[in-house]
Amino acid sequence: MNQEKTNDMILQTVTKLVSFIILLFSFYLFLSGHNAPGGGFVGGLITSSSIVLLLLAYDLKTVKAILPVNFIYVAGMGLLIAILTGAGAFVFGAPFLSHTFGYFHLPFLGKTELATATLFDLGVYLVVVGVTMTIIQTIGEEE
Amino acid sequence: MNNFVILPILIPLLAAVALIFMNKRIMLTRVFSAAASVLAIVISGILVQTVFTKGVQTLNLGGWKAPYGIVLAADQFASLLVLTTAVIGLLIVLYSYRSIGEKRERSFYYSGVQFLLAGVSGAFLTGDLFNMYVFFELLLIASYMLIVLGGTKIQLRESLKYIVFNIVSSALFVIGVGFLYAVTGTLNMADLSVKISESGQTGLITVIGVLFLIVFGLKGGIFPFYFWLPGSYYAPPTAIAALFGALLTKVGLYAITRVFTLIFIHDTQFTHQLMMWLAALTILFGVIGSIAYSDVMKIVIYNIITAVGVILFGIAVNTPASIQGAIYYLIHDMLIKGALFMLAGTLITLTGTASLHKMSGLIKRYPVLGWMFLISAVSLAGIPPFSGFVGKFKIVEGGFAQGEFVISILVLLSSLLVLYSVLKIFMYAFWGEEKETPNQEKRTAKGLLYPAAVFLLLSLLFGLGTEYVSPYVNQAAETLLNPEKYIEAVLKE
Repeated sequence: MNQEKTNDMILQTVTKLVSFIILLFSFYLFLSGHNAPGGGFVGGLITSSSIVLLLLAYDLKTVKAILPVNFIYVAGMGLLIAILTGAGAFVFGAPFLSHTFGYFHLPFLGKTELATATLFDLGVYLVVVGVTMTIIQTIGEEE
Repeated sequence: MNNFVILPILIPLLAAVALIFMNKRIMLTRVFSAAASVLAIVISGILVQTVFTKGVQTLNLGGWKAPYGIVLAADQFASLLVLTTAVIGLLIVLYSYRSIGEKRERSFYYSGVQFLLAGVSGAFLTGDLFNMYVFFELLLIASYMLIVLGGTKIQLRESLKYIVFNIVSSALFVIGVGFLYAVTGTLNMADLSVKISESGQTGLITVIGVLFLIVFGLKGGIFPFYFWLPGSYYAPPTAIAALFGALLTKVGLYAITRVFTLIFIHDTQFTHQLMMWLAALTILFGVIGSIAYSDVMKIVIYNIITAVGVILFGIAVNTPASIQGAIYYLIHDMLIKGALFMLAGTLITLTGTASLHKMSGLIKRYPVLGWMFLISAVSLAGIPPFSGFVGKFKIVEGGFAQGEFVISILVLLSSLLVLYSVLKIFMYAFWGEEKETPNQEKRTAKGLLYPAAVFLLLSLLFGLGTEYVSPYVNQAAETLLNPEKYIEAVLKE
């Protein structure tokens, strides 16, 4: 890079704040997918958008230091979770991909509906984050 | 409810994901992908036997009843093809050990192969039109990755064409599915069949049928839509070309068979007549291509197109004999194309050239390769004790019974020209004086020949053991000819 070093203080300070708000929003969308617009796909995209914002404000090396994960494995992990959630139905003698839910009393939250569909969504979420970040990082690294 | 039906899809899918994690350890990926393929063969074998004894097996995914949820339906036709796919998968993996090279193996090669196998098995087993589209995309995206893997110049150029044509055909597929959904309000294939027979096949539905013929014709390499195929299959390494040649066009043919024996069956006068003439032209252009070239790979590739035409003709004639013939020929062709691609690839690796005029006299140094090539050539042409005979015989029998003399005779003549094109390779490459090609390596062909030998052995057994295979094929043809059986199994209760 023969580019002059610029001072991105405003961008970087705002990013520090905003990326957490985006992360929180993506988490909210991920959880609300069952009864409201949202879900694993859009949640994953918004999570990766917050990481992309970090990439814009800092650089590839810094972000790799903050998030030392291989995103290809993140995508693989997501696929594995999604498939195993489907295959978990085998154990209960139900058809592949059968989902179930139940009501539980959780501390702080009270009576909550927990569904195995969320686990499948978690898989989708991880695949989306993994794939998006792999694409962006690979293109970013190419000279 | 029978969870067994999902296993032929689930095993390669899980293997593909697991292979992502063990990517860096080549020996482990080799052993693991071979083990997964062996397991897939065993499972598909059991599936074939289950369908044989108990009839069509179905699985409502997620426990939702048939027209509302996605249903997987394994009739004998689909099961036989799934078994063939699993066998091809294993042999391709074994052939890749020696031929594909470590650089590609490190780049998620085996993972891509298993994803492709999962997509192909899924496309065979699904009972839902949109789900079939999704499995098509799974196998296509895996094939995009495999065709470009390695990044040589020719691969980059041809993969661009391949991807563009397949994206266009996928878009047409979605448009077709959209039209059909707008007209009938359902996507489950059995339910579609019921709805269309209730309302009658109007002109609109026939138009959609022709649109599907175009879509699957683009995937399967039928006459006006095969133009992408010769270039695309020429680009990737042999193992991948063999995988494509043995599986991908056959998925298009399977989809045509399924759609035109289950859904669009009430106005056969127009659609099947159209398919017949397209089949004739496909055969014609296939043999012209295979005679014209003196490049080993190109000859084998154009023989795929000829075979696609022959099978399409069998489906279009739509009599018990011709449908049985088409099934025999489909399975035979998957096996023999695998063998031919591997033998042609081995020939190219050994001589360092693909041009027939630069090689000769190889029979002295590589007698096994030579004789194997001869057997696969006569088997491809359909000489009686070998596997290509029964299928073509039945197709022609059905054609004559329906009064389609011109095209049936064309099928017979095409055998002659196919034999000529492959024997041309044999005579140029194996007979004559030994001649040094500039970059010929004096290496043995041993490791490369085992998978092709297994292919040939299976093809031989398939030809000699027609007695044992015929009950299965008859059952498959019976379900295709009587869609009520399929519909009843899917929409029961």
